[in-house]
Amino acid sequence: MTAKVVRFNVNGRDQAVMAAPIETLLSVLRDGLGLSSVKSGCAQGGCGSCSVLVDGELRLACLTPAENVEGSNIVTLEGLNESNSMATIQQSFIDNYAAQCGFCTPGMLVAVTALLESNPKPSRDEIMEALAGNICRCTSYLPIVDAVESAARELSGQGDD
Amino acid sequence: MGVKEFTSVGHSVKLRDLETHVRGQTRYYEDANVQRLLHLKMHRSAHPHAEIVSVDTTAAERAPGVACVLTHEDLPGQKVWTPLAPAGVGPDDEPVLAFDKVRWKGEPIAAVIAETPDEARRAAALVKVTYKELPAVMDVEEALKSGAPNVTAHWPGNHYIFPDDHAAAQIRYGDVDKAFGEADHIVEGMYQTPPIEQAPLETTGCIAEPDGNGRYTIHSNSQMLYFTLDTTAAILDIPAHNLRFVGGTVGGGFGGKVDMQTEPIATLAAIKTGRPVKYKYTREEEMKVSSTRAAWRLYVKDGVMNDGRVIARKVTSFKDSGAYLRFSSYGAMKQSAHLPGPYTVPNVWANIQVVFTNRTPSSAMRGYAVMPASFAIEMQMTKAAKLIGMDPWRFRLLNAYRHGDERAHRRPVKDAALVETIQAAARISGNELADDCKAMTSWDREAG
Repeated sequence: MTAKVVRFNVNGRDQAVMAAPIETLLSVLRDGLGLSSVKSGCAQGGCGSCSVLVDGELRLACLTPAENVEGSNIVTLEGLNESNSMATIQQSFIDNYAAQCGFCTPGMLVAVTALLESNPKPSRDEIMEALAGNICRCTSYLPIVDAVESAARELSGQGDD
Repeated sequence: MGVKEFTSVGHSVKLRDLETHVRGQTRYYEDANVQRLLHLKMHRSAHPHAEIVSVDTTAAERAPGVACVLTHEDLPGQKVWTPLAPAGVGPDDEPVLAFDKVRWKGEPIAAVIAETPDEARRAAALVKVTYKELPAVMDVEEALKSGAPNVTAHWPGNHYIFPDDHAAAQIRYGDVDKAFGEADHIVEGMYQTPPIEQAPLETTGCIAEPDGNGRYTIHSNSQMLYFTLDTTAAILDIPAHNLRFVGGTVGGGFGGKVDMQTEPIATLAAIKTGRPVKYKYTREEEMKVSSTRAAWRLYVKDGVMNDGRVIARKVTSFKDSGAYLRFSSYGAMKQSAHLPGPYTVPNVWANIQVVFTNRTPSSAMRGYAVMPASFAIEMQMTKAAKLIGMDPWRFRLLNAYRHGDERAHRRPVKDAALVETIQAAARISGNELADDCKAMTSWDREAG
């Protein structure tokens, strides 16, 4: 039961972290690397607040052993903050009041990123399906779906303005 | 009456921290940058009601990574508490860590502090508690029967005694019995609501950090930061000015984080170890041991006239407080202020009783104590309207309180807007009201 060095790229930078056997990606990102946008809401794969991208795919960091993602490219919301498309999504969340306590928001935005990369023009049903793993206890979801719908419209060049 | 220019009403106002929410930069208590953190896990009662014969912490103390184990013997100040003590509500009835008895399944007994959450969890499971099980009572009306198991010696009849020596929060307004005799119809119903977990996405927790000078900083997600500060100081027997509580954005509360649950014991652990200590509920703890919205049971009896007037309403209400008081007396008072609902009823009788059972202590949740009452009353209103063959919209509009009416607790209604709210709800939901209903107003009962 000894910790070992795990190497991967996080938000564009190579990192080497010490990870105990079956220590989660959530633990090394949040507690090891200080990426506090990755939230621990349930630590059992039920809420989506720890959502990250691993080689472009949406993953729950709380169910992912760190050693399993050796050599991968990992992206958290911190790594998306400077992109133009994320700025559009973020503004849409603000304009649609799509957050209250904000605890689910980073994971939600990472899941939206994964959705729009694979499906730039999602229907409302597809948006709801894509966000089904992200629990929000404040907003009732409708503002979130509205925000994603309007951001997708703008990003795919179908905006009103 | 002049209408002022409003700056917020009628406008959408941006939440102050939306900008940081969407960038993942909002600071929650858990985001405090604290080094050399220890982790606290609780050994909890396995039974809803039992005497504690012995608590053996030897194996837990020797487990890998353990820094210390705390029981009630380690508490330097008061061993029992109640959250509203700083507001004069008492008596203290809830042990910080159980000693003579456990009164609900999940009650904290021994805290284990270790280097990692896993080590703390494993060691907490090694605490050995020997119990002598006692009969438990799980239902409010069972608890009030003579011969029911007594939950706590503070409350011999298993119910709270209000400061004026009343067994219930009471409303006595007019003469309900006389009015029942004159009513065209009597409508009766029993309504109950279950306990509901608030289920915030961020679980209850805190980090207590020694500042190195006899002072402690506590990063907390409490919804009641300063009550928690005062109570923590009393439990730890240290001056309140030695404690600095840092709040901030709470990751969802909904009333579930008003009870002081983690701060005193985490701070005691920081005092004992000289290191920062995090006490964060797991999702399982949040669901099983954090306080819920209370279970309520209400019996409602209405006297109703053929013309649609409710002339009498009698309510007997029971709040399941669980094993301890927490905010329940406040909840009962709050419900009494809400009864008989937003309607003008000339004869009202209500008894609202806070009952102790061997269930998880209950507390606030959105619309504390009001939601169960509203549920019961609105069910009654629909039932009564159907009975006399009146449209339920008209029935509610007829009985809705108007500006200047006297409430059952003898305060005047001010700025009533119920008639207008019902009219708007009918409009939005596509229910066409009759012309006289549309012409009604909160400012004049005769209009319409």
